[in-house]
Amino acid sequence: MPLEVIGTFNVSRLQVLDHNGELDQEFDPKLSSDKLLKLYYYMLLNRRTDERMVKLQRQGRLGTFGASTGQEATICAATLAMGERDWFVPSYRESFGAVMRGMQLSKIFLYWSGHEEGNYTPEAPRTLPIQVIVGSQALHAVGIAYAIKYRREKESAVVTFFGDGATSQGDIHEAMNFASVWKVPVVFICQNNQWAISQPRSRQTNAKTIAQRAYAYDMPGIQVDGNDALAVYKVTKEALERAYQGQGPSFIEAENYRLTMHTTADDPTKYRKNEEVDFWWQREPLKRFRAFLESKALWSEAQQVKLEEQLNQEIETAVRDFESQKNFKVDAPFEHIFGTTHSVIESQRAEFLAEQLKRQQQEQEQERR
Amino acid sequence: MAKLNMVQAINLALDQEMARDSRVIMMGEDIGVNGGVFRATDGLFAKYGEERVIDSPLAEAGIVGSALGMAIAGLIPVVEIQFAGFSYIAFGQLESNVSRYRWRTQGLYTAPMVVRMPYGAGVHAIEHHSESREAYFAHTPGLKVVTPSTPRNARALLVSAIRDPDPVIFLEPTKSYRAFKEEVPEEEESYPIGKAEIVQEGSDLTLVSFGAMMRVALKAVEELQKQRKIGIELIDLLTISPLDIDTLCTSVKKTGRLVIVQEAPGSFSVASEIIALINDKALMSLKAPIKRVTGYDMVIPYFFREEMYLPHPEQVVRAIEETLSY
Repeated sequence: MPLEVIGTFNVSRLQVLDHNGELDQEFDPKLSSDKLLKLYYYMLLNRRTDERMVKLQRQGRLGTFGASTGQEATICAATLAMGERDWFVPSYRESFGAVMRGMQLSKIFLYWSGHEEGNYTPEAPRTLPIQVIVGSQALHAVGIAYAIKYRREKESAVVTFFGDGATSQGDIHEAMNFASVWKVPVVFICQNNQWAISQPRSRQTNAKTIAQRAYAYDMPGIQVDGNDALAVYKVTKEALERAYQGQGPSFIEAENYRLTMHTTADDPTKYRKNEEVDFWWQREPLKRFRAFLESKALWSEAQQVKLEEQLNQEIETAVRDFESQKNFKVDAPFEHIFGTTHSVIESQRAEFLAEQLKRQQQEQEQERR
Repeated sequence: MAKLNMVQAINLALDQEMARDSRVIMMGEDIGVNGGVFRATDGLFAKYGEERVIDSPLAEAGIVGSALGMAIAGLIPVVEIQFAGFSYIAFGQLESNVSRYRWRTQGLYTAPMVVRMPYGAGVHAIEHHSESREAYFAHTPGLKVVTPSTPRNARALLVSAIRDPDPVIFLEPTKSYRAFKEEVPEEEESYPIGKAEIVQEGSDLTLVSFGAMMRVALKAVEELQKQRKIGIELIDLLTISPLDIDTLCTSVKKTGRLVIVQEAPGSFSVASEIIALINDKALMSLKAPIKRVTGYDMVIPYFFREEMYLPHPEQVVRAIEETLSY
């Protein structure tokens, strides 16, 4: 028996818009002007809200916050490719996808200011909340995809997001493996933003690409320039079409860069060089997208000024909205632990309320003295 | 009525619930073609097909994590972890997601699912096939923990677990799987979750146990009652979380004496919790200190020494005698 090659793989990378905004016509997803402008609107809203939130955190008006600056193209373009019947299963970097799917902007502020209420988002159906446990959501996505297949739902699939760090987790392997064995409609999008807090991508995997992992599960996999909204849209749309047609899961490595800190609690200058950050700022997603819009005569400086003003107002409204909410039910965390009444929890709730009242009275007394 | 052992009774519950509701689907390792290593799912693959009786890849976190996704999307997954000793790999999903998805989303998404796990000593297999770690699950807010002890209550509780709006950890004592048969009605029967059963009434002492140790407790009661006339109130917890505090307190207030039997290590356990509870709610009615007969604080030994580790009826008899003569 001679030595035979019984399998080989190749990895493709797609870029449609280069970092100057030059379009490769062959791969143009040919989005309508409306969709292009919508995409730009959300990417800029994402950028400006993140900037505002970092400022609010610095002023002590928000808790620790993780911005997605530099990742707007992947987040917003992938979400734009999704339909209402698709499920959105994010990590903690894709909140703007949820906003695109109808979530009120103020929910983001609520969540990051320490209110569980920020997770209550009935206005955005089939949109799961932020997942903190890295990678664990990919399995939920696979289970949802199984339910879609089981119920023979048409034009419905799941898109789940995770980072390069998450690919080290067993849950990601298990999710990709289950999805492949079951051939369920799910799209895995790895936002390879190059850093998992202080550790570079090379400390997570020694593989040349993350995209090549798809080969091991016999599913289509591709690397895409994650700073290129058109490329991300195109590969996500194609993966969703395959999913709708019963062809099973796909894997997308969207290569972008976390331009700011992991969260407001860390200082990236401790672990990475400014030159590297500068390199990626030149490739960031908004600048090239705007250049592309201008080249198509869809955008102008005057429109930019107007949009910036509009976004500023929208964000201000959301901030005011969130900061004016005062009457939070203090015992809300005692609800929804179980779907049935639980006598211990109910008596603890009463104790908790009595305790808070005592603390309040004590404070008032101390103030009087 | 047919006489069934616990495995058959569990099979009956699964079969009837699957027939009743197409949202109920099962997943686990070797549960399909093979009918489960204990045969609890025997015949269901042939009856309901591979789409509803899923032979999953060998990955417990994958099973539990994907089952949560199914539940979020409106199915009712009933998954089998082949042995409870293999469940810790899935504990991350149970603790971080399954138990709190309802809470996290304030009721928007819920996790009505059952995680069946054969647990406890008695199968004479190698390491990781014999432990009792119900306290882990009971300590986790949002999980319900049910431990049947007989074929009839296993069937009736499993039906309730499947219909419950919350995730239920359903711990099946392997030692009781085929130990004895009991009349199980063919027609639908369900027992409420969160309700203990007074197996035998009595006014001198309360004896509490659950799972496979119910047989040990029963044997101790029989022994004692052969020797003398004594009123032992025997309580089968059936549900560990939420614990049936009312039944326990009412009984202890009546008898003034309490002995608890469990096979898990004693420290930080169900027995510890019951003692704390009585301390809070019925301390002044106690005529003697509460005694517990439990496993030791160690990994359960391999099966050569397993019986030595487990509570023995004689040991329970002595604990009862000491409590009565305090």
